[in-house]
Amino acid sequence: MTGDLPRYIPHTDEDVRAMLAEVGVPDLEALFACVPEKLRLARLLDLPSAASEQEVWREIGALAARNAHSESHDWFLGAGTYAHYVPAAVHALASRAEFYTAYTPYQPEISQGTLQTIFEWQTMICALTGLDVSNASLYDGASATAEAVLLALRATRRSRVVVAAGLHPHYGDVLRTYLRALGTRIEWLPREPDGRSAPIAPALDDDTACVVVQSPSFLGPVPDVAAAAAAAHERGALLVVVVTEALSLGLLRAPGELGADVVCGEAQSFGVPTSFGGPALGFLATRERFLRQLPGRLVGETVDARGRRGFVLTLATREQHIRREKATSNICTNQGLCLLYATIYLSLLGRVGLRKLARINYAKAEYLKRRVRETPGLSLPLAAPGFHEVVVGVPDSGAAALARALEAGIVGGLDLADYEPELGPALLVCTTELASRAAIDRLVACLADRR
Amino acid sequence: MSDERREPPGGPEAVGNATCGLAWEEPLLFEQSRPGRTGYSLPMLDVPDADPAAAFPAEWLRDDLPGLPELSEVEVVRHFTRLSTWNAAVDLGLYPLGSCTMKYNPKLNEALARLPGFAAAHPLQPVALAQGFLELCWRLERALAEISGMDRVTLQPAAGAQGELAGIMMIRAYHEQRGERRSVVLVPDSAHGTNPASAALNDYRVVTIPSGKDGILHPDAVAAAMTPEVAALMITNPNTLGLFETHIAEICEIVHAKGGLVYGDGANLNALLGIARPGDLGIDVMHFNLHKTFSTPHGGGGPGAGPVGVKNALAPYLPVPVVRKLEGSEGSGFTLDYEFPLSIGRLHANFGNVGMFVRAWAYLRSLGPEGLRRCAEIAVLNANYLRAKLRETWHVPIDRPVMHECVLSDHGLRGTGVTTLDVAKRLIDYGYHPPTVYFPLIVHGALMIEPTESEPREGLDRFVAALEAIAEEARRDPERVRTAPHRTRLARLDETRAARRPVLRWRPPEPEA
Repeated sequence: MTGDLPRYIPHTDEDVRAMLAEVGVPDLEALFACVPEKLRLARLLDLPSAASEQEVWREIGALAARNAHSESHDWFLGAGTYAHYVPAAVHALASRAEFYTAYTPYQPEISQGTLQTIFEWQTMICALTGLDVSNASLYDGASATAEAVLLALRATRRSRVVVAAGLHPHYGDVLRTYLRALGTRIEWLPREPDGRSAPIAPALDDDTACVVVQSPSFLGPVPDVAAAAAAAHERGALLVVVVTEALSLGLLRAPGELGADVVCGEAQSFGVPTSFGGPALGFLATRERFLRQLPGRLVGETVDARGRRGFVLTLATREQHIRREKATSNICTNQGLCLLYATIYLSLLGRVGLRKLARINYAKAEYLKRRVRETPGLSLPLAAPGFHEVVVGVPDSGAAALARALEAGIVGGLDLADYEPELGPALLVCTTELASRAAIDRLVACLADRR
Repeated sequence: MSDERREPPGGPEAVGNATCGLAWEEPLLFEQSRPGRTGYSLPMLDVPDADPAAAFPAEWLRDDLPGLPELSEVEVVRHFTRLSTWNAAVDLGLYPLGSCTMKYNPKLNEALARLPGFAAAHPLQPVALAQGFLELCWRLERALAEISGMDRVTLQPAAGAQGELAGIMMIRAYHEQRGERRSVVLVPDSAHGTNPASAALNDYRVVTIPSGKDGILHPDAVAAAMTPEVAALMITNPNTLGLFETHIAEICEIVHAKGGLVYGDGANLNALLGIARPGDLGIDVMHFNLHKTFSTPHGGGGPGAGPVGVKNALAPYLPVPVVRKLEGSEGSGFTLDYEFPLSIGRLHANFGNVGMFVRAWAYLRSLGPEGLRRCAEIAVLNANYLRAKLRETWHVPIDRPVMHECVLSDHGLRGTGVTTLDVAKRLIDYGYHPPTVYFPLIVHGALMIEPTESEPREGLDRFVAALEAIAEEARRDPERVRTAPHRTRLARLDETRAARRPVLRWRPPEPEA
């Protein structure tokens, strides 16, 4: 202890004495008489002593200072988590304690701020995905993908899943984790030389609940969503499109318009800090006919007793606190605060800004590709076009190339040796709007320069 | 002020906490949109523009995005600022939602989590560039293990419910590794709904065990249900009635004797900090709610964080990756291990809700062991103080000393036509977020009140005065209570209509013919 009472607890000794008297017990210890003596901890917890505010600020600030981040380096690392510029207004508004110190809006009359924001989010996600209904967000893109597959298994009452090449490997891991107990069979399709998935149709059968296709894929190439939808629907399966870079929806047609039945993924790019990958922002949208199968919170419009418009949590009969073991999911929260960040961000960018920003990201990657083509020693092993992420072949090893970049103050991308060793020495390089032309030029020089 | 908002003598104005405040109307973003406005400053394009139509078929590309609004920055700022004023929040007043532990969220923790070394860092950056983060995780894991009496902790699950899922997966993996296929999970009737839902997601059949008349679980009830088919018992301690499960040690022995494991739902851990440790009581695996016990903000419904602690027998099944401190010839610092052949695998695309780890660690460092114990003591004092005071006007169905929360029933409202929901809505007029209502299911018309340690004595006195005034109103002027709230921007909302005719997104109005 620092000698004072903890500043987060208001009670003085006098308060405690008076309250104990009201309760009718002699001291604080007596409040715990219901805990059998032998089960009580007879010592203090073995934890570091309390530190003052300025000590904690300094100590944990020093931990923060030992991490690289997208403001300390030129940043080309993406692979599912993307560094974008976040306007100051996003932080200012999302830092309002009326939002972040509230909880799930169980009492709609005093939660309209949260509820209207979620309703606006659901509307925006429907617009971006081209689908009818969106939930109020899920933990992250990986669990959203697992929930999407569970939805398809319930909706079709089938038991097999086909995953096209290009799903983020961590998402695949989470999908395996979620499905293990259910005995679902998962077939993983291989990658073709141009970076796209092997054809889907031959892998389908009449027990296939859904096909999972990521767009853009983990390594960058954009798949043919319409063809995947046609193949899936031919066999009565659903198409689940996974989007790990939500900004790509500003450039690419809404997957729902191309035939996707479920679109899910990660919306961290919409103003949510990267924060070592969490908290993130899973989203999930689907067609009206699967509404009752949707997992997670949903907000709907209604009226109050005086006929004025308002919003409430709705269709709770799908959820665990009502249905218990028969619920569509065990999920109990959403990612409310991250959803707020994203809704503010999308409001600021708007109808035109999001498309323009997506185009800037695309143009940066096209510039990177041009520079790679011009540079001896570097290569573009995958021919199929992508959004803002590119596989770059390097002359020696991914690790050595990244080390050279780091010396120049650049975090140069993801070493694919652990993920896609058959590509040879290669990096997955991401160019968002944060990547300046000068930084791209320096990156290319570092990657090529085998000293 | 309109007549409908005027309060009778003795109502909210006499108790002195409620306010009408400034209340703006604010349309949806989409209704304010005007073509040509923007709230974003696009960076200059310093590379040649590239036309995606050169690479993709036209039908793959988006040509417009009419579903997003067009607004200037000032309009967006006003919109969300106004929306924020429609929320109740811990920073505005008592938020006594039972089992949610709505304690104060320290500002220091927010400031630390926003440091770019955390907020702008990337999950896949090399471990050499993430040593501060890994050290923080390692320290937090060890602290949670010490607090709970567990051997190992994973921080990965993104919320309590995902923690439950992870815990049950580990239990399943443990039994399978021993060649056993057990099919049942036992859950008391007072449990949170997530417990049976998490068990079902793991393909377990759920068998409900009745609580005793005294509100706690009894060994004979567990023994009667404990067959070799049972993989685990899930138990919340203190339970959702706020009662310590006095027979917990014996119950754990019964389950263990038949080869089962005991899952501890840590929702109510706040009451036990420094007092007793679930691991010492016989719990094999449990989750923590960082957003409850360890003060990370609830965020309007997440992000939470649901780390899981296990005894050594379950450690091989922990999710990957695992943070490890380097020792001896390996050098110093921290690394991530992926090679655990028996692991249940990954639950999150990355490491979980890392921003919450930073806040929780700052909280632990600020409180230390004495401060943590003080939290439990004062939280329990506050709950018992409420019980002692409210007992005079409200029915306390199980009138025993409680831990972190006290539960009232609607018994005293009989004959008035006033329901628990009405009382909850009327509390809003008095300036309070209502308690959890109609839960636990085993109490009729339950009002489940958890004041936490954050509320001062005089704040509790005002809350008691409000509940006393409402009890009086229920007899004298039940209509006033039945039609509450009266002082909010919106009156009571029609939830039935919302569910019957779902309107889940805004659509542009049909053009007039």
